[in-house]
Amino acid sequence: MTAPVYNFAYLDEQTKRMIRRAILKAIAIPGYQVPFASREMPMPYGWGTGGVQVTASILGPDDILKVIDQGSDDTTNAVSIRKFFSRTAGVRTTTSTQEATVIQTRHRIPETPLTEQQVLVYQVPIPEPLRFLEPRETETRRMHALSEYGLMHVKLYEDIARHGHIATTYAYPVKVAERYVMDPSPIPKFDNPKLSDCPALQLFGAGREKRIYAIPPYTRVASLDFEDHPFEPYRHEAQCELCGAADSYLDEVITDDAGNRMFVCSDTDYCETRRAAGEGGRKAAAAMERAP
Amino acid sequence: MNSACENPLLKVEGLTKWYGRRLGCRDVGFDLYEGEVMAVVGESGSGKTTLLQLLSGQMEPSGGCVLYRLRGGSEADVWRMSEPMRRFLFRTDWGYVHQDAQLGLRMGISAGGNVGERLMAVGWRNYGAIRQSAVDWLARVEIDRDRIDDPPRTYSGGMRQRLQIARNLVTAPRLIFMDEPTGGLDVSVQARLLDLLRRLVADLNLAAILVTHDLAVARLLSNRIMVMKAGEVVETGLTDQVLDDPREPYSQLLVSSILPA
Amino acid sequence: MQPLELSGVAKTFTMHLQGGLRLPVLRDLGFSAAAGECVALTGPSGAGKSSVLKLIFGNYRCDEGSIMVRDGDTAVDVARASPRQILSLRRRKLGYVTQFLRAVPRVGALDVVADALIDAPRAAARERAATMLARFNVPERLWGLPPATFSGGEQQRINLARGFAPETPVLLLDEPTASLDAANRDAVVELVRERKEQGTAIVAIVHDDLVREAIADTSIDVTRFAAAA
Repeated sequence: MTAPVYNFAYLDEQTKRMIRRAILKAIAIPGYQVPFASREMPMPYGWGTGGVQVTASILGPDDILKVIDQGSDDTTNAVSIRKFFSRTAGVRTTTSTQEATVIQTRHRIPETPLTEQQVLVYQVPIPEPLRFLEPRETETRRMHALSEYGLMHVKLYEDIARHGHIATTYAYPVKVAERYVMDPSPIPKFDNPKLSDCPALQLFGAGREKRIYAIPPYTRVASLDFEDHPFEPYRHEAQCELCGAADSYLDEVITDDAGNRMFVCSDTDYCETRRAAGEGGRKAAAAMERAP
Repeated sequence: MNSACENPLLKVEGLTKWYGRRLGCRDVGFDLYEGEVMAVVGESGSGKTTLLQLLSGQMEPSGGCVLYRLRGGSEADVWRMSEPMRRFLFRTDWGYVHQDAQLGLRMGISAGGNVGERLMAVGWRNYGAIRQSAVDWLARVEIDRDRIDDPPRTYSGGMRQRLQIARNLVTAPRLIFMDEPTGGLDVSVQARLLDLLRRLVADLNLAAILVTHDLAVARLLSNRIMVMKAGEVVETGLTDQVLDDPREPYSQLLVSSILPA
Repeated sequence: MQPLELSGVAKTFTMHLQGGLRLPVLRDLGFSAAAGECVALTGPSGAGKSSVLKLIFGNYRCDEGSIMVRDGDTAVDVARASPRQILSLRRRKLGYVTQFLRAVPRVGALDVVADALIDAPRAAARERAATMLARFNVPERLWGLPPATFSGGEQQRINLARGFAPETPVLLLDEPTASLDAANRDAVVELVRERKEQGTAIVAIVHDDLVREAIADTSIDVTRFAAAA
């Protein structure tokens, strides 16, 4: 049996054009959710179909693609999607943030600052930030159209009333270009400041919900808050044990049955790059000490 | 009193609504001034709820107009203005108390959040101030302050209604629409709620339009009354006039049908 | 122009539920009340005395004629006034002691009286209410209680306090001394005298001959204006 022949990046050209039109609209109206005709993809809903369709539509043969999932290049999903594009588009893939021209990500923004030559594609589960408070689509569309965002602050109010502080730690709602309130996808609150004034183009795709939205380069993005409870970027109390970074988002890894744990950079490429450059964390220092 | 109060707050002319070939209400007209409470009474199918929906900007009329005097003094046609404007008025200048409190509240949000929502919608961004305002209003509607973080799901029917009232009044509206606000509540709870409404209307000099089928509620809360039947206005006047000296056959029927306690 | 002038007033009730039965009550009724004058309405029960007061107050709507209440330099015709005008007159010009107290549930006696002083600030209204209740010998322990459970006489005294509290130029009294003991009857007479001295025009229905003689300057027999059935 012969191997199947795919159109470049799987989708047919007409579909890619439709999606590019949606992307243009999204860039023209920062933060506004543009509906699009989401296609059936060879992975089920909930596995990144939105991000994959956006990436497929913008990829060119000279692009270099990086795919990360929770910051890591080597989880199942990241590997799987990377292979998908490798097969259907034949583009070069990489784990290096600096090298990549298109980065598809699930739930994290890379630590390495991005450039004007790059596009960051986010996978989005639920694009509507107001959904959990207002289940009616007709109502939320009106609210966006009329800029009626009081309800968004109600959610934050509830957090403070219940927990004493705004307890939202991921998918923290933001206001884009002082107009639309947007869900930045389930990235940790830690990453929110990176959304603003970013030199790269940021695209968001939700396959199941059939929406695309965008933040054009160098756009102001503000995280919602109260005057007396301002948004505070999350600060870890630890450093990465492998590379010693004190400014990256850390994952907690349980190391044995006794409950021992260690904190390591969530962004694997960032961590490796630092280690290659000779930076060391506790573990690295201990290993070096033991080395002959 | 300044001259602005000499003009009606609400002017209704020839208001009509057809549902296809079925009449909702026809040719309703009246003026309402600040501090006046008008009851619209009638039995089921009289058109009173339709009328309330038309007046409060929630349903578009087939004919006639509703003119509202804005805070600046100018008169605006409720159905000629833009939808954002109408929605804004609905959230600030007007209040709407539903018969079923669940329709007028967010059941999953705390009481404080419910009361504070309108404030946040008009741009309040200080948590402390919002919370304090909520505390004050809960006290005014006689809800214990330590219930402020509980969702109305945990409230009794009477408490939910009082919370709904607080939620509506927090932006100091000038006109309140009430749809059977005491319907379905226990008698003692009703009495307490009516008392609260009476005092709030008087203290805040609110204008109100109250739909009810209960003439006793109309007598207690309103100073003007409009009797409706099958979509038409049968009789209108001061509440005590129409209830003590009803002229039209239908009004006489309604008044004589009340069972004495 | 007198504070109160009635002219050509006619009232007929039409009972639609009794097949349109017509009950004429009054025909071509006319009289006036001068400042400081008390006009007593007399006649047997059912003659329409209470109806006259209700017509003046705007509670009943009259079929013909005019009811002029002086308002500053002009007069308002209650028979033709808009609801807004009547409400305004009731607040500022027309006081009314009704025959029965309509008790609002849950409101204490003091507040029932204070509520009648619509335009006054709350504290001042409550003070005046307290003064009036004291004049009618209502014990302080009752001031916070809703009058619905009071005796007839106690309710009547709350009613009187409420009617007398606002100092309007026209005052209507419907059986003010019913259910009262001698001491309180005297209190009523005293208050009426004071109001007359202040220039209030009073229209009263009083069954008690002695009290009527003590307060009335003019008597009008309402049966003179009875309408033929």
